Amino acid sequence: MSKKKIRVLIAKPGLDGHDRGAKVVARALRDAGMEVIYTGIRQTPEMIVQSALQEDVDVIGLSCLSGAHLELFDDVMQGLRDRNMDSVNVIAGGIIPEDDILELQKIGVKAVFGPGTPTAEIVDAVEKLVKGTD
Amino acid sequence: MPPERKKKWQQDTYEPAIGKSPERQPDFTLTSGMEISPLYTPGDIKGIDLEESPGYPGEYPFGRGIQPTMYRGRLWTMRQYSGFASAEESNRRYRYLLDQGQTGLSIAFDLPTQIGYDSDNPLARGEVGKVGVPIDTLKDMEILFQNIPLDKVSTSMTINATAPVLLAMYIALARKQGVALSELNGTVQNDILKEYIARGTYIFPPAPSMRLTTDIFEYCRREMPRWNTISISGYHMREAGSTAVQEIAFTLANGIAYVKAALDRCLDIDEFAGRLSFFFDAHNNLLEEVAKFRAARILWAKIMKERFGARDDRSWMLRFHTQTTGCSLTAQQPYNNIVRVALQALAAILGGTQSLHTNSYDEAYATPSEEAVTTALRTQQVLAYESGVADSIDPLGGSWMVEKLTRDIMEAAERYIDKIDSLGGVLAAIEKGYQQREIQESSYRYQKEVEAEKRVVVGVNKFATPYEKLKSLNKINPEEEKKQMASLTKVKQQRDSATVKASLENLRRVAAGNENTISAFIDCVEALATVGEICDTLREVFGIQREYVII
Repeated sequence: MSKKKIRVLIAKPGLDGHDRGAKVVARALRDAGMEVIYTGIRQTPEMIVQSALQEDVDVIGLSCLSGAHLELFDDVMQGLRDRNMDSVNVIAGGIIPEDDILELQKIGVKAVFGPGTPTAEIVDAVEKLVKGTD
Repeated sequence: MPPERKKKWQQDTYEPAIGKSPERQPDFTLTSGMEISPLYTPGDIKGIDLEESPGYPGEYPFGRGIQPTMYRGRLWTMRQYSGFASAEESNRRYRYLLDQGQTGLSIAFDLPTQIGYDSDNPLARGEVGKVGVPIDTLKDMEILFQNIPLDKVSTSMTINATAPVLLAMYIALARKQGVALSELNGTVQNDILKEYIARGTYIFPPAPSMRLTTDIFEYCRREMPRWNTISISGYHMREAGSTAVQEIAFTLANGIAYVKAALDRCLDIDEFAGRLSFFFDAHNNLLEEVAKFRAARILWAKIMKERFGARDDRSWMLRFHTQTTGCSLTAQQPYNNIVRVALQALAAILGGTQSLHTNSYDEAYATPSEEAVTTALRTQQVLAYESGVADSIDPLGGSWMVEKLTRDIMEAAERYIDKIDSLGGVLAAIEKGYQQREIQESSYRYQKEVEAEKRVVVGVNKFATPYEKLKSLNKINPEEEKKQMASLTKVKQQRDSATVKASLENLRRVAAGNENTISAFIDCVEALATVGEICDTLREVFGIQREYVII
């Protein structure tokens, strides 16, 4: 495994302004030694895919608390496939009901973290995902 | 008990005791970081005149409550924030809640409506009807209020950037129902400043946004004397992670900015200040929260009287709505949330709230199911009718601890307000990212404390036994988005496009000038112009705002 820092894009797709979780996770990953780019709120799936491409990230973390996750995350996954960026690991967090977690896993989202997840668990998951794909 | 007596107790009894067996934590602190004393005694409140410092109920500075009788006269308004899927579904929920004994309406709009996009805008994809009701045109608003006479209810609308559009629709609806505008009771949130700091549904830059805010003040002063023209909100800043002190300090600082904007418009302070209302969070620490509400009231009364020279006692009163804290709700062991909500609601009531929303236990999963929201409403009714806490005014007044915390929170909040003043006021501070950064720091610190188990979240970082996830959730059918788009297309086909165009052109002209915009908004919505068309017109005139600061 290379020594280069893991690069993560934390992104807020859609119109949702709840950014507390996204910011906390971004900071925790940064404190764990990763390079973290945070997009800010109100990003379209296309903008997120573009940022991921430009920043050459290993992982994208999508945060959505507005209930629009199925549509928006699907658009992000499609955008990644269109650009042959399938190797980028996508993880997600927010208010996401159990049934939808299964749907998201089917479209290729690697992990979904609900409310109350310790940040250490997310750090660990990101490290494992990146190791696994190296 | 003179201070020497407490000192004697500390030396003779307390310190030997903790010497033998230490306390369960090295320190005890409020969310605001202030140390909690092991024991409060009269010595702690020496120098506070317990009769005059908080004042008497209904008297300046209203620390013990704004009404002379408080809940002995009339209980707080029970107002559950609600809206989802479609105008039909939401209307059904409102009528259900009213049948269950709810006493006011609180409308949740979906994000496209809040940010000025029609349901068929590509940017609205996936968001239609999710966190609230989709409203594209006056037609939707008519369905939303079917069989709800506007002269019989009070309606709170959580709407900010598009507040003038939704207010115009409410006015148009009242005209259709034959209700005089002077009879309308309710509130528009209309608080754009906290959107830049925390909530994120802004559209336009601050200057034109503040102009629209003030247009509502001015219009309602003339036409809708019983309407609350703004709900200056600390709730969302608290949910974003602020402390109790930051919540009231940043909220009151925003209040100061709105008062200044209205004074700059040459409105007389006593003509608009009585219609300003507030909105706070009721968080977990019961006594800190009670003290926070009392402190906020005293501070606002002083600000209005001393800083702005208001003379009418209504201008001095901080009237507020409360919602229990959403971020305390856990997905783990979800029924624990019912207990949390009850305690938070108790804080709001002991703090003298005018109106209350209690969260539902399933909200870490989805918007509330009917069963969950009924339990939330019943929680308020149990507190109101069974607990006895509503039977005397400010029952915690005079508690050494509550009075001391009230004073401490006031002083700490005043320091923040001074700091914001010294940065050049709220907008200058927002542009520098001051409030945003303060909130982020508090939120991250809190997260660290939870992870270090310095703060216990029952069922999450302690007592985390297996639990069953909730199954019967309020699920929004994805077909609703398509249905809404189809009904929008139909309205667009049936309306008179020349009238729409003329009304939007008129709005463009008025917005580009200095006159009050509200009548122009009413013309637009009556012509069945859509929320998106109206906001696009304004985007062309005002420009758009980007996010200020990111981490």
